[in-house]
Amino acid sequence: MSQKENLDKLAQEFDRWNEKTKQGLAKRPERKPDFVNTSGIPVDRAFSPLTQPDFDYMERLGLPGQYPFTRGVQPTMYRGQFWTMRQYAGFGDAEESNKRYRFLLEQGQTGLSVAFALPTQIGYDSDHELARGEVGKVGVAIDSVKDMEILFNQIPLDKVSTSMTINAPAGVLLAFYMAVADKQGVTPGKLTGTIQNDILKEYSSRGTYIFPPQPSMRLITDIFSFCTQHVPKWNTISISGYHIREAGSTAVQEVAFTLANGIAYVEAAIKSGLSVDTFGPRLSFFFNSHLDFLEEVAKFRAARRLWAKIMKDRFGAKDPKSLSLRFHTQTAGCTLTAQQPKNNIVRVAFQAMAAALGGTQSLHTNSMDEALSLPTQEAAQIALRSQQIIAYETGVGDTADPLAGSYYVEYLTDQIQARAEEYIKRIDEMGGAVAAVEKGYVQKEIHDSAYRYQKDIESGQRVVVGQNKFQIDEPPFKDILRVDPAIGRKQEARLAELKQERDNDAVKRSLASLKSAAAGTDNLMPAIYEAVKIGGTLGEVCDTMREVFGEYKAAAFI
Amino acid sequence: MGEGRKIRVLAAKPGLDGHDRGIKVICSALRDAGMEVIYTGLRQTPEQIVATAEQEDVDVIALSVLSGAHDYLFPKLMDLVKAKGMNVLVMGGGIIPEDDIPALKKVGIAEIFGPGTNTDQIVEFINKNARQAS
Repeated sequence: MSQKENLDKLAQEFDRWNEKTKQGLAKRPERKPDFVNTSGIPVDRAFSPLTQPDFDYMERLGLPGQYPFTRGVQPTMYRGQFWTMRQYAGFGDAEESNKRYRFLLEQGQTGLSVAFALPTQIGYDSDHELARGEVGKVGVAIDSVKDMEILFNQIPLDKVSTSMTINAPAGVLLAFYMAVADKQGVTPGKLTGTIQNDILKEYSSRGTYIFPPQPSMRLITDIFSFCTQHVPKWNTISISGYHIREAGSTAVQEVAFTLANGIAYVEAAIKSGLSVDTFGPRLSFFFNSHLDFLEEVAKFRAARRLWAKIMKDRFGAKDPKSLSLRFHTQTAGCTLTAQQPKNNIVRVAFQAMAAALGGTQSLHTNSMDEALSLPTQEAAQIALRSQQIIAYETGVGDTADPLAGSYYVEYLTDQIQARAEEYIKRIDEMGGAVAAVEKGYVQKEIHDSAYRYQKDIESGQRVVVGQNKFQIDEPPFKDILRVDPAIGRKQEARLAELKQERDNDAVKRSLASLKSAAAGTDNLMPAIYEAVKIGGTLGEVCDTMREVFGEYKAAAFI
Repeated sequence: MGEGRKIRVLAAKPGLDGHDRGIKVICSALRDAGMEVIYTGLRQTPEQIVATAEQEDVDVIALSVLSGAHDYLFPKLMDLVKAKGMNVLVMGGGIIPEDDIPALKKVGIAEIFGPGTNTDQIVEFINKNARQAS
């Protein structure tokens, strides 16, 4: 029989089966009248070859490591090596965080991921008035190269890759890192790692912006250009959907808004005179792994395929590395409950499994106490063990893209891509991602989804086990991590000491030349590096740029 | 309630924390419940929040902090509220450890709502407690 005859026969069978099943519904109804996932994608009773009768394997999937990269960015995927196990960590001061990093490395973690304190992320030194109460709370406080040296004490920077969640002041933290490497005798060419450096999602979802969009985009493209020449193995940006999803978006919106931001960065870099294949290979991405298991697997595949298409068709990229979307994943913090927190271990395990089946390059598994505090050492260890169990015990890494060919997963992959393309078209019509964020469009879309999600929980339509169903009376969870409140004063003392020791005139001169670079068009990175190497602080460097660039004032879109 | 005016709420994000999903969801829920809601946006100092509360003549200040800085920011805000003699219901939410709640209530925060709270609990709390003489 030909394929067409096969499909025709199946279609007849399917119709008969559907009729018969519908007749049985009166007696045995389904759980709800319509099955539609959170992205608004309808979910049929069963999928089959009829769902995508014209499915062209080579066009939609290709082979692992080949365009359009649906099946993964490497030909061997996890048969070569597993994803990098990279737990996001940092709290208190540099000494304390260094201890946690060394603990995680001893436990078999394969890469570092630094969480910075809020003042650090917003370019304030720890002794700034607005830093009060915030120093060391959500991450490690870093004011100068001095702190950074302690943070990486006994960690060889030529052996470990480090990801830093730093955006508005990304260039300053990269300069700190390079200065510490220099002291360790490691040349910039050997450094591997990532700075997040993704300002657009800060405006829409995460909130740690400093400067207005235009100078922020310039800082980003300056970093692209500087790293191409001096730190060639560094991932210059991690274009992040994670926080967009945490802020409440759907899976489709996560893909759409992230790739729309990616388009804006590529356009800005090309406009600044870079050619797409010089910086394209160093772009990386960061996604969330949420609860709807198969939708998440499909999401990662759809994002890869869509980015490859965008880079090829829109920007004319030719290097396969520019076309392939490499990404880090973190499990969804927003899905974890403060009630019966041990249940979170199970949620995280499924979300991590989806990331592995989706072909992630690195993974952070959340700790069970995420809804209560920063992770204790025990909670962090269980989280790391969860991904080690997936890698070493379940066998999911033995073949590339194991869910390819599932009628449902391929349907979802197509749907997510098509719906994300619709959004991107709308954003293009608004003038691109920067304009869409400035108008509040992205924020409003995300908020509407977040509110719908919450209403579904409150109406009971969406079940959160242990929270709105299967509740128990339980004592408050006691074993939580607390940050030493003396950290703020300790940092202040260290800053005072630094300002005694360093050559203050030289720092002043270097900040003056940074200021004139900022006012002109020179690449800012060399001036930033010079300033921090001789003891210029994060706050001083950022204040210098604030004087020239001004600060972003966000409108409250609600 | 007896008074013709709708309950006015200032929803505020003190400190440097950027997590605003929760507070924005609460803004929408309070509006749907018939209240007037003003949202400050991110990065407000306690001084700015109290000034806005005075200017907007609100009945309620709803604070949200997920960064752990509540232990500094909430008491500081309450000092300002008391110094000005404002009759306003101040409540908070976010990631706030159980052990911290008694100290926050002692300085005058009326209630703390944690993760998993239904918005109708918050609506009910406000309806019951706003505009009571302090």
